[in-house]
Amino acid sequence: MASLKPKVSVEYGEKATIVTFTDEKILEERDIVELQGSLMGIIEQTEKINLILDFSTVKFLSSAVLGLLIRVSKKVYEQNGQLRLCNINPRIYEIFKITRLTKIFDISPDRASAAASLAGQQ
Amino acid sequence: MVLYVCVGVEFMPISRSVVVSSTPSAVVDVFRQLQPGLKASNFSEEDIFAVHLALEEAFTNAVKHGNKMEPSKAVKIDYAIEPDKVEICMTDEGLGFDPEVIPDPRYGDNLYKPAGRGMLLMRSFMDVIEYNKQGNSVRMIRYREKRRPSSKSTAGNNP
Repeated sequence: MASLKPKVSVEYGEKATIVTFTDEKILEERDIVELQGSLMGIIEQTEKINLILDFSTVKFLSSAVLGLLIRVSKKVYEQNGQLRLCNINPRIYEIFKITRLTKIFDISPDRASAAASLAGQQ
Repeated sequence: MVLYVCVGVEFMPISRSVVVSSTPSAVVDVFRQLQPGLKASNFSEEDIFAVHLALEEAFTNAVKHGNKMEPSKAVKIDYAIEPDKVEICMTDEGLGFDPEVIPDPRYGDNLYKPAGRGMLLMRSFMDVIEYNKQGNSVRMIRYREKRRPSSKSTAGNNP
């Protein structure tokens, strides 16, 4: 497991690249800029990336993070990749639901179902 | 500044006024002051999450759009914790804005744009959101133990 300090950890699996957020709270502009740099770098490394974002550690995030996720999504799909979000706790899921971003993002309960929902192999 | 505390089983309101600079991290300290009062007053974790989110979103708007990220400009935050509610009033030094012109981020192409999501979350997680005429001050109230059918159904629908 590679580690991009301090915001995410990355696992390169056969079927997907799994990025786990390491902070419980993602709030500050500085953190979001760092995260964006990390995530965009990972996406650019792999052609047609199958990317799973694991939110199991995240207990709190702001709307600024939603903007980041939209940018990440655009980047993934521009490169003909696939994106899945998983392990989102009910309060955070409420934020996705209220903002109707559940229409944009494919959200799975856990890593296994996220991986299973990916079409083809990476 | 007036400060009351809980004594025994008798609830005493907490009321504070703080002025912070326009740096994004300043709100962290404000929530650190607010959180123990909410816990001591037995607000639920759901209430605390909602107040935290609304505080963060309102502060981001005040600093970014109101004070244009100028650290020399201040944000004034008044809050009061009462038996049945928590109330926050936040005022920036900006020119203000008309909340009615902010596009609804839930529809069409707005889904992919950054504007309006913070205000939508404030409106969704708080029971009252009111702006002053100038649009540089917002008053938010969250009532304790209000039934929230949407929250309950979400827990069941969570993937």
